[in-house]
Amino acid sequence: MQLLNTLYVTTPDAYLRLDNDTLRVEVGQDTRLRVPLHHLSGVVTFGHVMLSTPLMHRLAEEAITLTLLDANGRFKARLEGPQSGNILLRQAQHRRAAEMAFALMTAHACVAGKIRNARQVLLRGAREAKSESERAQLERGGNDLAASLRALPGAIDLDTVRGLEGEAARQYFARFNLLIRPDRRDAFHFDGRTRRPPRDRLNALLSFLYSMWTSDCRAACEAAGLDPQLGFLHVVRPGRPALALDLVEEFRPFADRLALSLINRRQIDTTSFVEREGGAVLLEGDARRDIVVAFQERKQEALQHSLFKEAIPLGLMPLVQARLMARAIRGETEGYLPFVFK
Amino acid sequence: MESPDPIPISALQHWRYCPRQCALIHLEQAFDDNLHTARGNALHARVDTPGAETRAGCRIVRALPLWSDRLGLSGRADVVEFLPDGTPYPVEYKHGRRRVRDFDELQLAAQAICLEEMTGRSVTEGALFYAGSKKRRPVRIDTTLRQAVEDCTAAIRSTFAAGRLPPPVNDERCRECSLRDRCQPEALAIPEQQRQLLARLFEVDE
Ligand code: SF4
Repeated sequence: MQLLNTLYVTTPDAYLRLDNDTLRVEVGQDTRLRVPLHHLSGVVTFGHVMLSTPLMHRLAEEAITLTLLDANGRFKARLEGPQSGNILLRQAQHRRAAEMAFALMTAHACVAGKIRNARQVLLRGAREAKSESERAQLERGGNDLAASLRALPGAIDLDTVRGLEGEAARQYFARFNLLIRPDRRDAFHFDGRTRRPPRDRLNALLSFLYSMWTSDCRAACEAAGLDPQLGFLHVVRPGRPALALDLVEEFRPFADRLALSLINRRQIDTTSFVEREGGAVLLEGDARRDIVVAFQERKQEALQHSLFKEAIPLGLMPLVQARLMARAIRGETEGYLPFVFK
Repeated sequence: MESPDPIPISALQHWRYCPRQCALIHLEQAFDDNLHTARGNALHARVDTPGAETRAGCRIVRALPLWSDRLGLSGRADVVEFLPDGTPYPVEYKHGRRRVRDFDELQLAAQAICLEEMTGRSVTEGALFYAGSKKRRPVRIDTTLRQAVEDCTAAIRSTFAAGRLPPPVNDERCRECSLRDRCQPEALAIPEQQRQLLARLFEVDE
């Protein structure tokens, strides 16, 4: 399997057009970039980026997904060629969602994947901790998450699973501060998750990364022929990609790790954010580009998956998992197995 | 009653290679291009242009639509040569060299059966043309091949009707298969390993 590139365009007012078999990015009178179409699996634009219709036709024809995100990385729309979707699979998915035992088992698995991966983030922090007391606190966090994990199979309805998931998230984020280098903790003061809008810098960064991961998971659902709007753990709501949200759970800790390394390695600074009146915090334009570049690099990293012999680039993992989800839905496997990081 | 959709002749070949591949392509509409299929497509772009010409008393027809209502098959012949007496002679173009298995013969036999039903003439021979070696090999459409077409079509029909994917073969065929990533044969191969991983999902080793 080949990790083809996704082209992310963050430059406001950029114009994307078709130029023979390449995609050309223009800003004003300048051509900034030319990418051969056969190198691309997707195009993602942030905010006010323009595209020509011939380019859109060609992208659809070549099954290159076009995703429109707003400037903060939130999903707006997607252009998908005629190939997408698989009616038999979707039918099976809808039947399975109504099957309580299957929905519950899948929800258990998605949350277990998230908790396991989150626990690794804390334990790694514990190994690197400079002070004994911080190490102890992080290890205690790891134990709390282990307890939540063990409690999962006993959760006999979806609300209980969601409750356990929320509790684990609280325990995890309560220790998150300790994962930030001490000299950066003032600038990136964090007490718990805030969203819509994020109210501190770390939250703004996390929200942005989660949006990109969700968008990748949504594309992966589409590519696997699944209906991204019908999930097992997440409740169906108009416009909400519930299945992509189920799938993204196990990947959130990867976003967290990237956020931490951007902060701890000073790849991102206080100047990367703007604070709006009233307290909402947003990412600044250039910082978005830097984060996208870091995200792209991270996706090249190959990781070992328990079901496959060869290591798989992180960027392909959502697709691999969406296909495993499809197999579970079709009854070809005993259940959905999340990707867990060792 | 709605009669079932005809089975594409190409499905026979896929089925003979791997029943799961056949179902992925024709039931789940999966198609992942790789070098193999890309090369095949380039060759077919040439023979896919409909047309007719006459050479040495033979009328040569390209991209001819074929069907058999009796078997519920439909497809297209790369080339059909109509001999001076009107007997059709199908020629199937293959990229690469001659392969060990009989997929190509099977496909040719299916074309012959369709041509018989369409023209009312008996078709006892066809040919395979290998682009790799530029060799043309005549194939007799005998009863064994005809029976194989019938059996194969019946097996495909019942799998399609059930809407189920056959299990992965997970052998050396998978290495050359263009659908390998989608099929995930290794992931599905060892149910026991899956079960164990699932069972351990909620445990952590301290
Ligand atoms: S990967 Fe193997 S099992 Fe799967 S379709 Fe191809 S040949 Fe069949």
